[in-house]
Amino acid sequence: MSEHAAPGIFERYFFSTDHKIIAMQYLFTGMGMAMIGGFFAYVFRMQLGFPNQNVPGYGIVTAGKYNALVTMHGSIMIFWVAMPVLIAAFGNFLIPLMVGCDDMAFPRINRLSYQIFLLSALVLLSSFLVKGGPFGGAWTAYPPLSASGAYNLTPVGATLWLVAVALEFVAFLLGGINFIVTTMNSRAPGMKMYDIPLVVWMIVLASVIFMASVGPLIAGAIMLLFDQTMSTGFYDPTRGGDPLLWQHLFWFFGHPEVYVVLLPAMGIVAEVIAVFARKKVFGYKTVLYTTWAVGFLSFVVWAHHQFVAGIDPRMANIFSVTTLLISVPITEMVFLYIATLYGGSIRLDTPMLWALAFIGEFMIGGVTGIFLGSSGTDIYLHDTYFVIAHFHYTFVPIAIIATFAGLTFWYPKMFGHMLNETLGKIHFWGTIVTFNVIFIPLFITGTAGDQRRVYSYAQFAEQARPALQHLRTTSTIALLFMLAFQFIFLFNFIWSFRHGKTAGANPWRSATLEWTVPSPPPHGNFAQLPTVYRGPYEYGLPGYADDFVPQNVPDLAISIAGETD
Amino acid sequence: MSASAKPISNTRSGTGIPTARLITWWVIASEIVIFGGLLASYVMHRIGHPEWAEAASHTNFWAGAFNTLVLLTSSLCAVTAHKAADAHEGARAAKLLRITALGGLVFLCVKAFEWSSDIREGYVISSGGFWSFYYTLAGLHGLHVLAGMIIMLIVAADAAKNRELQRVECIGLYWHFVDIVWIFLFPLLYIAR
Amino acid sequence: MARQAQPESHMQAEAHVHHPNYIKVWAILVALLMVSVLGSFSHIRPVVLFAAFGVAVIKAALVAKNFMHVTVEKGWVPYLLIVCLLFVVILFAGVAPDVMKHSGEHWNKPLANQPAQGAAAAKHE
Repeated sequence: MSEHAAPGIFERYFFSTDHKIIAMQYLFTGMGMAMIGGFFAYVFRMQLGFPNQNVPGYGIVTAGKYNALVTMHGSIMIFWVAMPVLIAAFGNFLIPLMVGCDDMAFPRINRLSYQIFLLSALVLLSSFLVKGGPFGGAWTAYPPLSASGAYNLTPVGATLWLVAVALEFVAFLLGGINFIVTTMNSRAPGMKMYDIPLVVWMIVLASVIFMASVGPLIAGAIMLLFDQTMSTGFYDPTRGGDPLLWQHLFWFFGHPEVYVVLLPAMGIVAEVIAVFARKKVFGYKTVLYTTWAVGFLSFVVWAHHQFVAGIDPRMANIFSVTTLLISVPITEMVFLYIATLYGGSIRLDTPMLWALAFIGEFMIGGVTGIFLGSSGTDIYLHDTYFVIAHFHYTFVPIAIIATFAGLTFWYPKMFGHMLNETLGKIHFWGTIVTFNVIFIPLFITGTAGDQRRVYSYAQFAEQARPALQHLRTTSTIALLFMLAFQFIFLFNFIWSFRHGKTAGANPWRSATLEWTVPSPPPHGNFAQLPTVYRGPYEYGLPGYADDFVPQNVPDLAISIAGETD
Repeated sequence: MSASAKPISNTRSGTGIPTARLITWWVIASEIVIFGGLLASYVMHRIGHPEWAEAASHTNFWAGAFNTLVLLTSSLCAVTAHKAADAHEGARAAKLLRITALGGLVFLCVKAFEWSSDIREGYVISSGGFWSFYYTLAGLHGLHVLAGMIIMLIVAADAAKNRELQRVECIGLYWHFVDIVWIFLFPLLYIAR
Repeated sequence: MARQAQPESHMQAEAHVHHPNYIKVWAILVALLMVSVLGSFSHIRPVVLFAAFGVAVIKAALVAKNFMHVTVEKGWVPYLLIVCLLFVVILFAGVAPDVMKHSGEHWNKPLANQPAQGAAAAKHE
């Protein structure tokens, strides 16, 4: 353990290199951005549910404002909520603890990554204050709309958005590479490749996928930045460029990106299921190999986002096939999770409820994706609300449901107190039920022809029917309830910080290494760095006093007295 | 900045590769995709626009060739610095790293002259598709040269005191990668077809 | 099932590579540079292409092998780099049919070959 004088408040909380503090910085920044992104969803859904009425807390939503709202909602939720919370917060907190070392391999690079990330968030937020307001060209930023201020009407916002996204990419490149190196090199003695907990594997693989896919988009972003600011014509067909190039560069990253956020979510769910079913993950190696397959396949499916963009039809064939193919390994992973549950001794605490909800809801997202992955049906469904409903049935399980599973599970370790179970269950049911009521109507309106990114259907006779408007309004009202239930979680989160039941080291009786240290862990994590003797999911082993054996317990020195909290 | 501030996680080596070199390989891997993406975009456009050959004929071929020689030579200095570091000759490694950085400075100065003359002739970044790519590619590469020089000087400062010698090899690896990118930029941008 | 603790690496730079004669390698690289310079003046297209790109590939391989010692490194490192290159190739393969052939194949795109003119060009800042 390194020696230094007792640090002051700035050094301890703002300039810390301790991975747990950096994790909290990412977590709280992500949660703050989630409130902003959620507020924007409230505003534009109010416009859709109650068209052209004054939105309480906002005002009238014009067409231009609507575009900016949906752009910011999408960008914020993916880049400034899902990624920092799922990868950076959980990754930073868990990886050194779960692999049995004292910090990340490069703590100062870790701190730098957060500082760059914070800067990116501030740059994005600053775009709310500039002339024209924040960027309104959709999170996909297709040129020429995104390249020309005359078209998107938010020229300053467009450049600030691009710079913010580029900074965010740099932050996650740095952070991700730190995670990879720490997991590869800094493991406790005895922790072989297949003894690493799945959530660590998933976060590391997500970092690898991110790193390998973001490069071309960084190149593309530089080109778009120059188109916006220096009159170049990279994406201007009248000057020898091609707007399709941006689309390809964007989606070459954009599709692996969804697996970048999916993998940590699935890792969290795996950890929770194993602990709350008191059972080893079924087919650990198969889960791993399948994840590698998903990771590789994710690089060859990207143009399914471009079926109607005028791409070469032969490529559309190829990408249809690969897209349908990728559903196979994901489904297999879900089956393995279900097999883990089968025969387990299931405890339905709040984290487990979230993990089970993830499986069910994500499957709905998955099967609806089949209609979009087949180029034939996609031609009709592209850019409708069917797509929105599909990706919310995947993204919300990833960014919201799995996050709550992870937060409710690791909260005791992070803060030393238990969350209130009753409030947790109310929050859970309130969120899940309303979530479904928001998005099932959108499958219907989408199939009925509701196009995306349209602020009002008043001019479209076929869409302006009352039957469809009822569905939109239902969806909006459900969102209002869903947002209201989140206050219960916020209250629980803040109140339990001091007033929750004190948590011991291992309240859930889990076998992984982070539960062998005090809650919260001290600086340096382990008083004595552990040696690992077994895999991470040794539950229900016969011949042992307890129904689980932690990773750092050697064969013969079993505590008969059952040292659990 | 001293060695005692390093966490134990930094000193372990589950792969057998020291953490500093391991992270360098991963950084290089990510840079391959960044430059690869930009280069692939350029190649697609270049092949699809044969009329760009006229614009491409105006790049300063001899400046490009000379710069290739400069980078190759600086790579030689960098790897010799690595050899010195392996022999624990920190002062010598530092001197060689500084000469490498000097090579980078020469590269950037030649580029500055080259670009000044191009701009005087009216070829700016918005002059057309070829020039947009030319300045972007060479510019991104030049930024990497500059960043490499700065890091190299920091590593040299430590190496001169025989500290953190393992970093000499790592910054060398990065520098060789930047050199390899230029090895491909030279024919792509200067050997007009 | 007792496990051995893994050895911790030293902080000093361990000589994990054998250092060849670097000046000799450099001389070969410079010679290859001269080949590509001279070859680029040829009027025979395959010669120019080889002088440009064939030589570049050889030079890059020499730098990677002799300066970066990538072949002496643990086995998976070269594979990581090759996989990244492979992704770039996949990107090229997936995008080139759209971006490289503006005029498309087997279909008529009259606007694709027209030079920059008209209202769209005038509006561009």
